Amino acid sequence: MSSRVPGHGSLVNSSNPVKFKFNGKELKGFQGDTLASALLANNQVLIGRSFKYHRPRGFVASGVEEPNGLFGLGEGNSFEPNARATTTELFDGLVSCSQNHWPSLEFDIGYVNNYLSSLLPAGFYYKTFMHPRPAWKYIFEPIIRKSAGLGKPTKGKDPDKYEHFYAYVDVLVVGGGISGLYSAKIAAKSGARVLLIEQTPHFGGQASVDKPLIDQGPITKLMAKLINELQGMNNVTIRARTVGVGVYDHGYSLAYERLIDHESNLSGPRHRLWKIRAKQIITATGAIERPLSFANNDVPGVMLASAVRNYLTNYGVSIGDRTVVVTNNDDAYRTAISLRNSGLSVPLIIDSRPNGAGELAKTARDLGIRIENGKAVSIVHGKDRVKGISLCDQVGSGTVLEEISCDAVAMSGGWSPVVNLWSHCGGKLSWDNELSAFRPKTEFPPTGVNGQGCLSVVGSANGDLLIDDLLRVTHEVTVRVIKELGLKTNEKPLSATKEIKENLISAVWKMPYGASTKLKSKTWLDFQNDVKVIDVELAAQEGFESVEHAKRYTTLGMATDQGKLSNINGLAILSESLHKDIPSVGTTTFRPPYTPISMGSIAGEARGELFQPIRKTPMHDWHDKHGAEWEPVGQWLRPFCYVEGVESVEQAVSREVMACRNKVGVLDASTLGKIMVRGKDSGKFLDMIYTNLMSNLKPGKCRYGLICSENGFLIDDGVVARIDENSYICHTTSGGAENIYSMMEEWLQTEWWDFEVYVTNVTEQFSQITVVGGNARRVLDKLGFVKIDSDSLPFMGWVDEKVLGVCVRVYRISFSGELSFEISVPSNKGLYLWDEILLSGQEFGITPYGTEALHVMRAEKGFIMIGDETDGTVIPQDLGLDWALSKKKDDYIGKRAHQRSNMSNPERWKLVGLESTDGSVIPEGAYAIGLGENEVGQKVTIGRVTSTYYSPSLKKGIALGLVAHGPDRLGEIIQFPTLTNSIVEAKIVSPVFYDPDGLKQNV
Amino acid sequence: MLLLNCPYCNLSCEETEFLAGGQAHIKRQSIDSSDQEFESYLFARKNPKGVHIERWQHLYGCGKWFHVARSTVTLEIFGSYSAQTLSPPKKIRANINKKLPEWHWENSK
Amino acid sequence: MKRYSSFAIVREAFRNHSGWKRAWASPIPKKKYDVVIVGAGGHGLATAYYLGKNHGITNVAVLEKGWLGGGNTGRNTTIIRSNYLQDPSAAIYEKSRSLYEHLSQDLNYNLMFSPRGVMMLAQTEHEVRGYKRTAMANALQGVPTEYISPEKVKDLCPIINLSGPRYPVLGALWQARGGTARHDAVAWGYARKCSEMGMHILQQKEVTSIISKNGKIGGVGTNSGDILCDKLCIVVAGHSGALAEMGGFRLPLESVALQALVSEPIKPVMDVVVMANTVHGYMSQSDKGEMVIGGGADGYNNYTQRGSFQHIEETVRSLIETFPMVSRLKMLRQWGGIVDMTGDRSPIISKTPLENCFINCGWGTGGFKAIPGSGWATAEMIANGEAGPLASPFSLNRFKEGRFIDESVAAGVAH
Repeated sequence: MSSRVPGHGSLVNSSNPVKFKFNGKELKGFQGDTLASALLANNQVLIGRSFKYHRPRGFVASGVEEPNGLFGLGEGNSFEPNARATTTELFDGLVSCSQNHWPSLEFDIGYVNNYLSSLLPAGFYYKTFMHPRPAWKYIFEPIIRKSAGLGKPTKGKDPDKYEHFYAYVDVLVVGGGISGLYSAKIAAKSGARVLLIEQTPHFGGQASVDKPLIDQGPITKLMAKLINELQGMNNVTIRARTVGVGVYDHGYSLAYERLIDHESNLSGPRHRLWKIRAKQIITATGAIERPLSFANNDVPGVMLASAVRNYLTNYGVSIGDRTVVVTNNDDAYRTAISLRNSGLSVPLIIDSRPNGAGELAKTARDLGIRIENGKAVSIVHGKDRVKGISLCDQVGSGTVLEEISCDAVAMSGGWSPVVNLWSHCGGKLSWDNELSAFRPKTEFPPTGVNGQGCLSVVGSANGDLLIDDLLRVTHEVTVRVIKELGLKTNEKPLSATKEIKENLISAVWKMPYGASTKLKSKTWLDFQNDVKVIDVELAAQEGFESVEHAKRYTTLGMATDQGKLSNINGLAILSESLHKDIPSVGTTTFRPPYTPISMGSIAGEARGELFQPIRKTPMHDWHDKHGAEWEPVGQWLRPFCYVEGVESVEQAVSREVMACRNKVGVLDASTLGKIMVRGKDSGKFLDMIYTNLMSNLKPGKCRYGLICSENGFLIDDGVVARIDENSYICHTTSGGAENIYSMMEEWLQTEWWDFEVYVTNVTEQFSQITVVGGNARRVLDKLGFVKIDSDSLPFMGWVDEKVLGVCVRVYRISFSGELSFEISVPSNKGLYLWDEILLSGQEFGITPYGTEALHVMRAEKGFIMIGDETDGTVIPQDLGLDWALSKKKDDYIGKRAHQRSNMSNPERWKLVGLESTDGSVIPEGAYAIGLGENEVGQKVTIGRVTSTYYSPSLKKGIALGLVAHGPDRLGEIIQFPTLTNSIVEAKIVSPVFYDPDGLKQNV
Repeated sequence: MLLLNCPYCNLSCEETEFLAGGQAHIKRQSIDSSDQEFESYLFARKNPKGVHIERWQHLYGCGKWFHVARSTVTLEIFGSYSAQTLSPPKKIRANINKKLPEWHWENSK
Repeated sequence: MKRYSSFAIVREAFRNHSGWKRAWASPIPKKKYDVVIVGAGGHGLATAYYLGKNHGITNVAVLEKGWLGGGNTGRNTTIIRSNYLQDPSAAIYEKSRSLYEHLSQDLNYNLMFSPRGVMMLAQTEHEVRGYKRTAMANALQGVPTEYISPEKVKDLCPIINLSGPRYPVLGALWQARGGTARHDAVAWGYARKCSEMGMHILQQKEVTSIISKNGKIGGVGTNSGDILCDKLCIVVAGHSGALAEMGGFRLPLESVALQALVSEPIKPVMDVVVMANTVHGYMSQSDKGEMVIGGGADGYNNYTQRGSFQHIEETVRSLIETFPMVSRLKMLRQWGGIVDMTGDRSPIISKTPLENCFINCGWGTGGFKAIPGSGWATAEMIANGEAGPLASPFSLNRFKEGRFIDESVAAGVAH
């Protein structure tokens, strides 16, 4: 059984016990435990179920590479699925539950899949579940979906907060083991600004467990000194619980800090996403031990040798009382020695190498541990827990030589450098035969903005597993990096000349070498996704020869550990099956993040109200207080209408329209785009931007203009006012202001840079208030406007006034067909003038109106609306706006495009008015049908509705639409099918429904 | 996430401050162009696996448009320069040729 | 080739699955083929398949510089829908969708086409109008869709937050027979059938030149010798520009990176596919339990199959607004693909200036859903020498004539 070992555990505080819950049971651990070590201390060896066969699963590892130990954490809206217990710090009151089983962890019905496993080989689902056809959707898929998935879903709104940090440093060091600490210190001493991050709560990494001998005294002491020094330096920032998750183009790096997950009572943001720009990145991300592939290597109790050692040394937890060690390298001997030294029994070290290990073998023998060289594990016995193993020769097919009883197996297949960050952004790898692993190919690093390498790797992440190499190369690399930054260092290298001599690893990808199919069908590569050796072999047999094919066909490495343990082993099996060497088969692509990061941290602070910026006019709060129904227009919020009392939205809109038509209305038009164009070539410039002639506009006058894209399509419209010889104000649509401004800048800067023109977007600098209706002039008269009579200010003119001490500009333009004044006022006076106008207008029945009334009135007048009548495929000619296309100009943007054959095609649909024969409102978006079907069986259409409203002025439905030959077909009836299979008949009429002679706006 | 240098601000800034504007040095075709020329002007964009000379705007900075020479394969940036030029300046070309001796502005037109 | 079935699996189980044959052969190339297709992605393989199935042309080679299905076919978010606005798009995507319905049976390969329904959320008045219009258009195009209320949205997808706060859900365009399929399986299923028909799929064969004489196609040069053909079709998505250059013509294409991500797997919470175009995010849950999330495209030309992180950030942010439960899930993996965008964001299925050289490209962000229909239409064009009714609107000429097929006009532009 697994249990606590007294007197051990450098990271736990045994005088500080904490209580936690697992599957409803209350258990005890110590402060400093991980959830994994605490469960093991409570002899909870069975901790989960695998994805496909629901096999019993125990912990395999002690860090981020753990594939099995995934739990649900917390409760309610704070619940988090798939939390890795090996990186979850224990705290008092922690609530955890195991996943992916029914009805219970100990008895899982899904385990039946295990007995059917021969029917469920790799990719079996591609070969079956096809008949009868509907069965996939209604029977097979729901069953598969239900049994797949791991954790329970999260629920509702996340109560926690998240934030982003932006860091700019000279050197980012990822990893706080010996090489990371050492590298950070060299860099910091040279004066570089350094950010050092470590994924666990503790610095020191594997060296603090193994304590290798170095010439400068005990390594733990040295590391403590390094940490101390670094903490005392102003140019150094250190963060624990912060993992480097991704390196992106031009060296942009992401780190993920967990701030409050490790305690029950911490407040503040839960996670912090660091966005780091470092001039140079040094990764010291360590190496991950590989499992060995022998039969039943997935039984709970089989664990990585380093993990067994870590649990013992760091947490004082033994995995078993009798642990068999199986290895192909010297490192696992350390586990055997540690166990033995703690008084635990190690019946046997099985070393697959015929000549066994170096100096460590002697130490082990001296402790009385039996060692068998050239041997292997044939099979592990036990179902929910290791009971023993069968010993066999490594060569051969696994004939049992001896049965050995044990309750734990510590395995080591060698070490794989963590090269994820190196590879995320294009760093190349090379296969190191001596190491039996991929390591960074230093001549092809990931490159930064200038094409030079921006990331270097030190420590075991670089494949330097021996301490002397590690120290030397870390020094060498860091000094080089420092020099590249233009800094200096005189730091002397550390060394380890008395280091323990080790024998070379000998790659073992299958144990035993000639394992029978029976054994291979029980030999796991990917523990979480249930991928076995035979699955990869089957993939190769069926022609899935590319590593990407094999991965996707078998799902190897696609689990939540992203193949940290399984990729290399799987790759080796694949290359063996293909009779190729490993480098020529290659690896799958490493993608961020290195470990999963919360979606909350990615979103950061921008949620709820802060999700996207909201643009508000100065009158926003007034609207809010007066019943505004909001409508988003770009980033703006505009009142759709103002609902009074119990009336409906429709009633409000009608009321607003009728007020404008009969009395007076007022609109907040501040969102309207306003672009100031100045300079001696302004006229020439606007002649190119607009389809109309603008250079001959007289100061004091306004003109309605159209803007097309170079591709000919109508993209914006609005009124242009000439202010003086050299300046214009161009009004754009509310949504279009930024685009049109940007477009003007682009033309000016990239094409017509010889024009002397300056454009400024003054949309937010001025509020605009539209006063509309027969009483409009009276309202303004009363306020003291003096130049607004029809002689001083005729239609399509403008004047400047000073009213109530405020400078305003009044445009006499109309989008409603009524007498209308648009008053432009500096934004800080917008609300003041708005209030005054309302006050003044009270006796004239003034009514604020919203965007919908605006739209209804413009439709009644047959005015087009960008975004309704246009959709990016409509040209001015379609809308009967040929008059706005100047014939006097040689050129303007879009003119050449209009000459293309399809633009002058007489079959293009043209703008008309539409009235249903029964007075109803034609449904939005309806299409008019012609005769029959086209050659692909679609009904022929001859037109469509672009805007459709109930007109309160005319007491009937009105619509604008585009119809083939429409203007030539006035009076004809066409048919609009609805979605309920009925037909609405509509008469083609003039698009101007209301006051066709324009008498009302011209008073 | 690219780092771009705005030649007007002389600042190296995150890509998120900028707006990408596609291929640079496009000669506007207008009224007197043929259908073929006009189509090419609007749509026939260079799409090289290699050096791309492109327009960017320092949208959330000075607002200026400028040109950048960038590799679409390694994303290396060879330099940025004024948009008010008809071809990449000598210095930029030399920078590119240091890495890619075969590359000629004329060929890439 | 052996039929795939439950019986076959049981039979093989008794002999440790030793009897399964290669899914596709690895043949020795011939000197000459009737048709050479460059690019063994979904579109290229589907083209080959329908050349054989519909037109009896089987002396075909499909050349692939990497591994079949290794490009965008294997790195998309697997959404299948046909609720497009414009007639030509609706026609080809609906053809495609309807072929997907029977494709598993047709190919004897379970592609896991799952018509779980696709909804596109309307979150502004503008989108409401756009989607109502699309529903109207779809009804006449023979594409069954409906415009549904927020209540129905919530019924179909209980994890949606209807109320905003910024962009409340006002309704949705719903296509009940849209859904997802297993992307890799589409390529593998077609490849297996093509191989069965005797076609040659030649992997790791990179085309280095295009051989032509007097403006007529002759074949291609590859990294291992010339291969001659009567007809050539280029189906290489983001790499089309480079191939076109070898043929001496230019395409209105730009290649940009498009990104996607998946969460860790959880038990089923979401049966339908949801697209929210106002906030640029879309999400579905795979059969494995991962939430599959699509993000935005970069604005600059890029061949790196990586993208800039801010798009991931924007997408996740948006999804948390619409699906608050996403916040406590974790991102497992993100990746990028290179998509080829045309001037009007619609594809090109066309003859080229080179006689008997055809092109199929420009699917942008929406290629996966089009694979069967695109293959069908392209095969028809190659066999007859002229585009049929499905393909003809997508000819290269449209850019010269100003006859665009612009789908961005309804609110939805994402795929």
